Amino acid sequence: MGIKSIKQRLLRERKAIQAVNDGYVIQVNDLTKKFGDFTAVDHISFEVRKGEIFGFLGANGAGKTTAIRMLCGLHRPTSGSGMVAGFNICNQQEDIKRNIGYMSQKFSLYNDLRVWENIRLFAGIYGVNENLIAPKTDALLSRLGFMSERNTMVRELPLGWKQKLAFSVAILHDPRIVFLDEPTGGVDPLTRRQFWELIYEAVSRGITVFVTTHYMDEAEYCNRVSMMVDGRIEMLDTPRNLRSHFGVESMEEVFTRIARKATRNDD
Amino acid sequence: MKQFLAFVEKEFYHIFRDKATMLIILLMPIVQVLIFGFAITTDIRDTEVAVCDLSQSMESRELIEKIQAGEYFNVSERLLSPQEADNVFRKGKVKSLIVIPEDFSNRIALNENTAIQIITDGSNPNEANIITGYLQTITAQFAAEQHPAMQPPISFSAETRMLYNPLLKSAFTFVPGVIGLVLMLICTLMTSVSIVREREHGTMEALLVAPSKPLYLIFAKTVPYFVISLFNLAVIILLSIFAFDVPIRGSFMLFIGTSITYIFTSLCLGIFISTVSKTQQIAMIISLMGLMLPTVLLSGLMFPIESMPVVLQGISYLLPARWFIDMGRIIMIKGLGFHYIWIQWAVLTGMAGIFLALSVRGFKVRLD
Amino acid sequence: MASSAVIASHLSKRFGHGAHQITAVDDISLRVEKGEMFGIIGPDGAGKTTLFRLLTSLMLPDEGQVRIEGFNTLKQYKEIRRIIGYMPGRFSLYQDLSVEENLNFFATLFGTHIRANYDFIYPIYRYLEPFKKRKAGNLSGGMKQKLALCCALIHNPKVLFLDEPTTGVDPVSRKEFWEMLGLLQQKDITVVASTPYMSEAMRCHRIGFIQNGKIIGCNTPQNIREAFPWLVLSVRSTEMFRLLQDLRAYPDCRACHSFGAYQHIYLPKGSDPEDLHRYLTRKRHNDIRIKETDATIEDCFMDLMAKKGESDGH
Repeated sequence: MGIKSIKQRLLRERKAIQAVNDGYVIQVNDLTKKFGDFTAVDHISFEVRKGEIFGFLGANGAGKTTAIRMLCGLHRPTSGSGMVAGFNICNQQEDIKRNIGYMSQKFSLYNDLRVWENIRLFAGIYGVNENLIAPKTDALLSRLGFMSERNTMVRELPLGWKQKLAFSVAILHDPRIVFLDEPTGGVDPLTRRQFWELIYEAVSRGITVFVTTHYMDEAEYCNRVSMMVDGRIEMLDTPRNLRSHFGVESMEEVFTRIARKATRNDD
Repeated sequence: MKQFLAFVEKEFYHIFRDKATMLIILLMPIVQVLIFGFAITTDIRDTEVAVCDLSQSMESRELIEKIQAGEYFNVSERLLSPQEADNVFRKGKVKSLIVIPEDFSNRIALNENTAIQIITDGSNPNEANIITGYLQTITAQFAAEQHPAMQPPISFSAETRMLYNPLLKSAFTFVPGVIGLVLMLICTLMTSVSIVREREHGTMEALLVAPSKPLYLIFAKTVPYFVISLFNLAVIILLSIFAFDVPIRGSFMLFIGTSITYIFTSLCLGIFISTVSKTQQIAMIISLMGLMLPTVLLSGLMFPIESMPVVLQGISYLLPARWFIDMGRIIMIKGLGFHYIWIQWAVLTGMAGIFLALSVRGFKVRLD
Repeated sequence: MASSAVIASHLSKRFGHGAHQITAVDDISLRVEKGEMFGIIGPDGAGKTTLFRLLTSLMLPDEGQVRIEGFNTLKQYKEIRRIIGYMPGRFSLYQDLSVEENLNFFATLFGTHIRANYDFIYPIYRYLEPFKKRKAGNLSGGMKQKLALCCALIHNPKVLFLDEPTTGVDPVSRKEFWEMLGLLQQKDITVVASTPYMSEAMRCHRIGFIQNGKIIGCNTPQNIREAFPWLVLSVRSTEMFRLLQDLRAYPDCRACHSFGAYQHIYLPKGSDPEDLHRYLTRKRHNDIRIKETDATIEDCFMDLMAKKGESDGH
């Protein structure tokens, strides 16, 4: 890498840090994604503040996955603009990927690798300093109480443990924001709550959390919740305000009220 | 029966909707025929030949000059006696040796038949065949020039002997070989993968829990591939006949009959592979590595079985393609009838029976 | 009624060998009456799918036996497969066939026709009908589940087994799905369904909690909730995360979990909520709200899980 490109990268980084320090980790304006003549995501705009837990809800096929992919730099938006972790989602995808964490229900860790091998692998992928990997691994395992599982094959762990481990791995490189796509699907209620305690802990370390879930009690744990319907963001507020807006008791009812508006049924 | 038809209908949907695979299946035989066809008609240019001129006459020198004159041959060695041939061939430089007998010019003068001997290195049978063919053409032309007035011209019978591969197969042996290869790929590979796929995608669970008959399911899988195989068979045969002038000397119907037997055996083999493999990957590896590779290398498609080590010859007996290619050559090239192939045919049919029995026994009505 | 729809006695199923052996189903016995809606509630990996495969004759147990409508899964699996409908946990229809083609195929498999059972599946099929030409692979999660349910119902089965029919489906589609199952109830079909969503348990007549291959509790949802041995208080304040930690430090606290906008704390029966209020005020919490609540199914499950954990010596 030439001096010039290093310089440029440092400049970009500094700008990004500045943007984040201004208070927003995600800023999205009129973001749109079309597949052929199908508009998966339709002019969405929102901000996520630093240190916030942002719930991203919506029915199946509302466009959540496409939106997350754009935010993570995996899809190029058809139109609109956005900044994630201080970088432009249209042309700085590689910088974004270095500064975010990602975990989903479908893929989190390699089942055929041991616990420490997975940690080592992802630490390597995200460029964690070689000297820091060992102490970070130890800290991670002791925080989870997994010290004795260091050499266990991931496939032998119960799902809930796996998800807790995957989350810890996703924030190992201290990203500015972590995207969680249905992280607790199918996990038992006890472990689900432990998972959320990990999320709170990460937030206390200054990491912003962007999460999707189908458990409506979990929507309640978010600072703010957005509700996507047919590719648009229909509502965005604190769970408390949403509940009082509809005059209902639970987020489940809020969700039902909003999602009933949906006209399209498919991805 | 209705259930069976429903299965068949579903299979056709699967196949026709997978456009990429469909295209490959249909184009593959054409590409293969073209590759093999052109590989055989490779130009022979400046091939080094040796001459042993025992006649030392004007006529013999004229013949040698004629061979040298064209763009095909380069007479690089002159031998004093045919016994030196072995040495020359072993060095590998020279591909063919032309021996002109002592009484060559005398016999020409007497308008009698004369025989020149062409000895060719047969280790590459296709090449050897072409070289010999060209040399024969040249000598025939020479004969015609020597006796322009004679109608028909007295021909030199060119006595041809192949070294290392005395029973040289015809150059057109590639046609049964390609048929063997393509049908094996479609019938065995595609069938096995498609059954395993149901297991991997979880659809087998839904089928098993319904009162479906395993035999129906299995046979329904084979029907579309059977149809596609017939189509491909026709494409290969037509292409061979019209683009490469490959003759079918024997009974056409007999050839089709043996091909269908072979298709059937390959389908049964595919079903059998599917019952022993857990994933599509394993089915694919078994079919490709365990079957395609040996078929290409050992079935006599590329290399003559007779010149293989005994162990490999033994393995070749286990390959359905070997028996089919054998039959194909007997019918197409030698033009012989069923009487000469019934053993091979019986072996193929027997194999099909064994595979089928094993598969039906091995088919699980449960998941574990 | 002559006999139960499903009788499983002392079922066990193990996978693997030696040190890697896993007991997926561990001595499970259960009985489901005809026309009943029975829920099997438990997290992923608890053994739900294996249990379903044992019940539907897709696997044979290492020990124990299963009878479905009197038929034994070992010997009479052919009869069983004619009278049950099964919706596997993984979407198990053909993604490259259209909605209609899938339905037709499964109908023919059971020797019937869509038209023959149209009235029966109509309440569900009406959602799908506008998309009947669409490939199953292009349907949304909720629609796929509906199609799978239609396919499982196409032959008018007596017993319907649904393995996690609502996993990964959004709350609204989930609700719709259970409403449809409610309709089936009126047609005297026995339904055995599993789910990881505790909130869905209330829709069943009886539920069995499953954890680590064992049934750790089985009763009507009402009885299970009434049998909850602790006093449940919903607590709220402005700082929810700190509240959780403070509640856990409360001397009488048996356990404390987040429940949406509230924390649920379990206290011995007869405890005074006022004591807790004073404690929290001392801890400088603002806007404290405490109210007595009935235990939810989730409270019960977590309590049973914790008890189980203790008795297993963890």
